[in-house]
Amino acid sequence: MQKAQTTIPFKGTKEQEEKLKAVITQLRDEKGALMPILQHAQDIYGYLPMEVQEVISEEMDIPLEEVYGVVSFYTQFTLNPKGQYNIAVCLGTACYVKGSKEIFDAISDKLGIGPGGCTADGKFSFEACRCIGACGLAPVMMINDEVYGRLVKDDVGKILDRY
Amino acid sequence: MIRSHVLICSGENCTSSGSEKLISAMESEIVKKGLADEVKVIKAGCFDLCSSGPNMIIYPEGAFYSNVTVADISEIVEEHLIKGRVVKRLLHHDFTQEKTVSSLNEVPFYQKQLRIALRNCGVINPEDIDEYIAFDGYRALGKVLTEMKPEEVIDVVLRSGLRGRGGAGFPTGRKWQLARGNAADQKYVCCNADEGDPGAFMDRSVLEGDPHSVLEAMAIAGYAIGATQGYIYVRAEYPIAIKRLRIAIDQARDYNLLGKDIFGTGFEFDIELRLGSGAFVCGEETALMTSIEGHRGEPHPRPPFPAVKGLFGKPTILNNVETYANIAQIILKGPEWFSSIGTEKSKGTKVFALGGKINHTGLVEIPMGTTLREIIDDIGGGIPGGKKFKAAQTGGPSGGCIPPEHLDIKIDYDNLISIGSMMGSGGLIVMDEDNCMVDIARFFLDFTVDESCGKCVPCRIGTRRLLEILDKIISGNGEMKDLDRLDELCRYIKENSLCGLGQTAPNPVLSTLHYFRDEYLAHVVDKRCPAGVCKSLITYEIDPVKCTGCTLCARNCPTNAITGTVKNPHVIDKSKCIKCGVCQQKCRFSAVIKK
Ligand SMILES: Cc1cc2nc3c(=O)[nH]c(=O)nc-3n(C[C@H](O)[C@H](O)[C@H](O)COP(=O)(O)O)c2cc1C
Ligand code: SF4
Ligand code: SF4
Ligand code: FES
Repeated sequence: MQKAQTTIPFKGTKEQEEKLKAVITQLRDEKGALMPILQHAQDIYGYLPMEVQEVISEEMDIPLEEVYGVVSFYTQFTLNPKGQYNIAVCLGTACYVKGSKEIFDAISDKLGIGPGGCTADGKFSFEACRCIGACGLAPVMMINDEVYGRLVKDDVGKILDRY
Repeated sequence: MIRSHVLICSGENCTSSGSEKLISAMESEIVKKGLADEVKVIKAGCFDLCSSGPNMIIYPEGAFYSNVTVADISEIVEEHLIKGRVVKRLLHHDFTQEKTVSSLNEVPFYQKQLRIALRNCGVINPEDIDEYIAFDGYRALGKVLTEMKPEEVIDVVLRSGLRGRGGAGFPTGRKWQLARGNAADQKYVCCNADEGDPGAFMDRSVLEGDPHSVLEAMAIAGYAIGATQGYIYVRAEYPIAIKRLRIAIDQARDYNLLGKDIFGTGFEFDIELRLGSGAFVCGEETALMTSIEGHRGEPHPRPPFPAVKGLFGKPTILNNVETYANIAQIILKGPEWFSSIGTEKSKGTKVFALGGKINHTGLVEIPMGTTLREIIDDIGGGIPGGKKFKAAQTGGPSGGCIPPEHLDIKIDYDNLISIGSMMGSGGLIVMDEDNCMVDIARFFLDFTVDESCGKCVPCRIGTRRLLEILDKIISGNGEMKDLDRLDELCRYIKENSLCGLGQTAPNPVLSTLHYFRDEYLAHVVDKRCPAGVCKSLITYEIDPVKCTGCTLCARNCPTNAITGTVKNPHVIDKSKCIKCGVCQQKCRFSAVIKK
């Protein structure tokens, strides 16, 4: 999958960088440490801009192409900052057969952004996800950690308005 | 002394419908009423009846309460826990039988099931190793380490007939035997908890509800093949499962059930977690190992097989979560017990995540050889809204759609393959007359195109071409020759792809093309979508006889496509209509028809 590079300037802090370096020092000698380090880095910064990948590449002595190759391979890693609220609509099979595509389209219409996008005010970002394991509640979406289930198209507006 | 246990489901489904609040409300109510020494609240794993959650079971009575709210708590405590009277109003109401059932074993959803892999799920507190131990936990590991030789362990697993639950159904004992046979200074035991099927959650439930059963089995496997290190590769999207695994590993280390000199036998084994970051192909064994090594998770050709050269170049076994969840029971109860369950070539049980258009969604564990009809009608309670069954999908993106004429086939590995599907890891999605089979085929292809790692051409380019043809058919531009091209391309991709992803990706297309050819023909020849799903092929019309001229539809149409005056039949201008369906939803007289 193609991943769009962000155009939003990098705003990392000294503190974040220290945290990242501490994680690297701690994990560096483990076998296959790159993935766990990237996962921690994403927790620290919320996303993995080139600036962060450069630090990891340097500290770990792994070529930047290789770091980028790993980041771009896995869907969990994102090159874009997320909105204050990240909306993920489940397009897993159970949700799909119960009409989650309609929910997906309704949200995309309402926010005026496509999957992977972020509203101009930085409030909402929006993506599709695969089964989050709440198929019993299908169709399902998540806003940050909150799960909304048994959705119907008309609910979507009301739920978003609460944020 | 504790006289009652209150089990509250804290699986993902019930947590999303508010079970956390129930747990704290129940706990404080119990303290308030001075019952803290007599009643214990247990956060249990999923009870697998998610559609009626939040659920609660109170033992020793086994009363099963569903759709419980915080407002019900004081009544439950007052009536049930203090006075000993079951609160009938909240008992799980089963919709296949017009009666209220009271205990877990009486709910028809559970009657046809046999729980081996899920035996502890919803019964013990997964965050407390003592409860696992109280239910025979780590006894199998003790027995293996103190009474059995590694070869004997492998022999027991072989004779049980256990086959891998991750999809392909390779005999587990055979896999262990191969890895044991390869001498090396280090070997690895891996657990596949990547659960990539986009509509399934069996493994997650085992990890959330009974994490120790996986740890124990991995240690047994380590002893059997001669490995001292295990890795669990678990999806990062499963935060609760990850948290419980971490707790379980720490507790097992504290009790010295992991670590050095386990059971004082000198056997050493430890387990680490690795988080998968959302790539379906990483469920494939060689890709999974490459990913644990910290690289892009691309598959590589076999041989060499992992049993010879796997993780970090050492002999490695990889088994699925559910496969492991069976191991301790096989050791304790014996291979004959296990192989007495199931069909000739598929022994034991299989867990399915039953979802889609079905009354009871949730996890079901059935003996191999149960028919699909039993699962759908008896366990699942049939299809909601009196709709007609159209197909059941097993095996996720690698599997196929099973039509009504095969509902009575006995489920096992070989039978499912013979009807063009496969067991897969256990997704079972039911579809009714409102689902379009061409659209479903497209849905899965869209998934595989997205998830193809791109390493080999037949899969990378081939699946993309398949998707384009399906899009052409769905948009109403399909021609007869497209159907032949689909078929040809499918067979080419199957034969020439490097890994299982590409080799199985065409299955959803092939099976729908085979069993639901008339639906493809309707799209291609009549330019019609019989299920009314494919937007380009449907039109909305207003029935002038039924229309009362209430103007409701016209007022709601986003594109002002509906014209008409009060009390006169309205008309839709097809050139303006964007087929949003709002008019049909709004009309109170069923005058808007979709064709
Ligand atoms: C594309 C692809 C995805 C797979 N995904 C999974 C998965 O999510 N979980 C799993 O256990 N096995 C999955 N498998 C099967 C594994 O490669 C492997 O056969 C299995 O984990 C072995 O364990 P078992 O013998 O216990 O089934 C997948 C295979 C392929 C080709
Ligand atoms: S078949 Fe597909 S997923 Fe498998 S190696 Fe080839 S391109 Fe990658
Ligand atoms: S389907 Fe939507 S766009 Fe078409 S007539 Fe009805 S309300 Fe208007
Ligand atoms: S398919 Fe949506 S939660 Fe499982």
